[in-house]
Amino acid sequence: MVETGHLSLHVPEPAVRPGGQPDFSNVKIARAGAVPRPEVDAAAEDIRDLAYSIIRVLNRDGEAVGPWAGLLSDDDLRAGLRNMMTLRAFDARMLMAQRQGKTSFYMQHLGEEAVSCAFRKALKKGDMNFPTYRQAGLLIADDYPMVEMMNQIYSNESDPLRGRQLPIMYSSKEHGFFTISGNLATQYVQAVGWAMASAIKNDIRIAAAWIGDGSTAESDFHSALVFASTYRAPVVLNVVNNQWAISTFQGIARGGSGTFAARGLGFGIPALRVDGNDYLAVHAVACWAAERARRNLGPTLIEYVTYRVGAHSTSDDPSAYRPKTESEAWPLGDPVLRLKKHLILRGLWSEERHVQAEAEIMDEVIAAQRKAEEHGTMHAGGRPSVRDIFEGVYAEMPPHLRRQRQKAGY
Amino acid sequence: MARMTMIEAVRSAMDVAMGRDDDVVVFGEDVGYFGGVFRCTQGLQAKYGKTRCFDTPINESGIVGTAIGMAAYGLKPCVEIQFADYMYPAYDQLTQEAARIRYRSNGDFTCPIVVRMPTGGGIFGGQTHSQSPEALFTHVCGLKVVVPSNPHDAKGLLIAAIEDPDPIMFLEPKRLYNGPFDGHHDRPVTPWSKHDLGEVPEGYFTIPIGKAVVRREGSAVTVIAYGTMVHVALAAAEDTGIDAEVIDLRSLLPLDLDAIVKSVAKTGRCVIVHEATLTSGFGGEIAALVQEHCFYHLEAPVMRVAGWDTPYPHAQEWDYFPGPARVGRALTDVMEA
Repeated sequence: MVETGHLSLHVPEPAVRPGGQPDFSNVKIARAGAVPRPEVDAAAEDIRDLAYSIIRVLNRDGEAVGPWAGLLSDDDLRAGLRNMMTLRAFDARMLMAQRQGKTSFYMQHLGEEAVSCAFRKALKKGDMNFPTYRQAGLLIADDYPMVEMMNQIYSNESDPLRGRQLPIMYSSKEHGFFTISGNLATQYVQAVGWAMASAIKNDIRIAAAWIGDGSTAESDFHSALVFASTYRAPVVLNVVNNQWAISTFQGIARGGSGTFAARGLGFGIPALRVDGNDYLAVHAVACWAAERARRNLGPTLIEYVTYRVGAHSTSDDPSAYRPKTESEAWPLGDPVLRLKKHLILRGLWSEERHVQAEAEIMDEVIAAQRKAEEHGTMHAGGRPSVRDIFEGVYAEMPPHLRRQRQKAGY
Repeated sequence: MARMTMIEAVRSAMDVAMGRDDDVVVFGEDVGYFGGVFRCTQGLQAKYGKTRCFDTPINESGIVGTAIGMAAYGLKPCVEIQFADYMYPAYDQLTQEAARIRYRSNGDFTCPIVVRMPTGGGIFGGQTHSQSPEALFTHVCGLKVVVPSNPHDAKGLLIAAIEDPDPIMFLEPKRLYNGPFDGHHDRPVTPWSKHDLGEVPEGYFTIPIGKAVVRREGSAVTVIAYGTMVHVALAAAEDTGIDAEVIDLRSLLPLDLDAIVKSVAKTGRCVIVHEATLTSGFGGEIAALVQEHCFYHLEAPVMRVAGWDTPYPHAQEWDYFPGPARVGRALTDVMEA
């Protein structure tokens, strides 16, 4: 008998807490261009390394290098920068609107703009995203009207969702954006179902599932991977690892698996890990996965390594659980600045044009905001009807709801 | 018309629906090649192919979650949860997702799914194969809840459910699968072939969801029941000789309040029977509605007969099951009150 002693429980802790010096020395980052680009029909077991490395295209100097570079035209790149800048300006105005009491709640994307903006460009019209609350870039990059987003955020009389949903829980079938639940991970397996349906109908459309690092711990994540793997569903399974699940660092959800991407390997799902702050890398990897799905080769799991620079939501204060300067120390930089640098290096952009574009974009956002506010904000002006409480629970209102609506005076 | 068991009727409903509409798909645990542990989907995979009727991993939230995604795409999934007792892993998908997709997206997306599940006891299934969780669904706005009591209704209601634009929980009392069980467990089993409601049209027909039916007309007391308890209530009326009017709700949500009020206004007495546990059961909701709408007609307190507020035991099944003796006692009590 070996003497084993008493047991003790392991509770993971982040490297640094408030007051400490931010330290990302444990984050292993591959050189840009260093990770190979396999054929899309590669087997998961043959590309295991891609689940543990980080695919990057933009290097420190702003050059696009390696096998994942070269997919986007000059115009595409400028449009990408504009989309990310628009999302950032939109967030800034809506955060302010929340502080001014024009809405109850907001969630921003600061630092994560590349993920949803670049991913959208890998999809086609008709494909369907099942997003979480931090992928509004899918709408912005698909030219969904900002004024509609704001109407929803304000829950005003023109809110397409009639005041029923929390701010930012958008829905647009037309723009391939499934109604956001607000519950976590539930939509992940629904995306797999949508993709299965497309395959059942011999369609050509694919689905994309979205989840955060923290929510991968939910059982629905496992459900989604089992079903996607079993039926080889044409779906891209996205994990946005922004390091923080409200106040909980990603190590609590990740456990000992090394990376979130590695979760796919046990299901035989090809898994890639990508620099989420690199617009070109996100787009290239998304295209690779989308092509796999379209060629009926099945699902792909992608982990986007990024950093949530802002608070989780307007109800959160990150200074209570992480060093204030942590975002500045984040080694993958800022997605907007990195793409800007690349464009300037290529002679496609300049500091002057950037400043001008920032001003133009802010004007557009403010114009949309004015238009939305003509239809009211959360506490002033036009609002949805009390009648809207009772409509739409069912296709046809059952008698008990009719009675309750009458009781409410409508 | 053909003689059908409830299993055959449910299977026939799916067969008819799949034949009429290519968007109807059927899946669940053991549902594909084998045809389900109760054989409700037997032959469907052979007839319609394995992309329209297939086996799934043992993962209820996955079954319902993928069904929701398929419905968002435009299909009409009719899925099986092997036993209602196994529904709980899917409860999040049902309550937070299926039930609210139409509402939260203002109709941009909808969720026309049917979730079939064998429910209730009487087969010595113990605490994990005997539950009646209908009240956990009636409390969720956005779901509809249907419980048939015979082959004829099972088929007509299931086709209507598959065609319905909203999510429907379809609870099939498993003790009724092979015959109209009235709770007299010590007597020989009656098959559906000897019962009028075992006569089922072979082709397409529907029964509207939300309409109750009077199974026995009477003037002394109204018994409100659904599923297996309809037959138990009928037996209790025979056994006691009390002239009970027995209402088979068929659908709990929407609820046919008019049928309830009409009957109780006539009889002035009301007994509600369900196999599910008593506290916070659907009987409480009916009792509240009856006193609200029929108070001045009532000549006795509204009574409930239900499963005891305990887990469903194994060996003591017939002491737990609210059989005709217990229902009969309630009828006698309410007549003497």
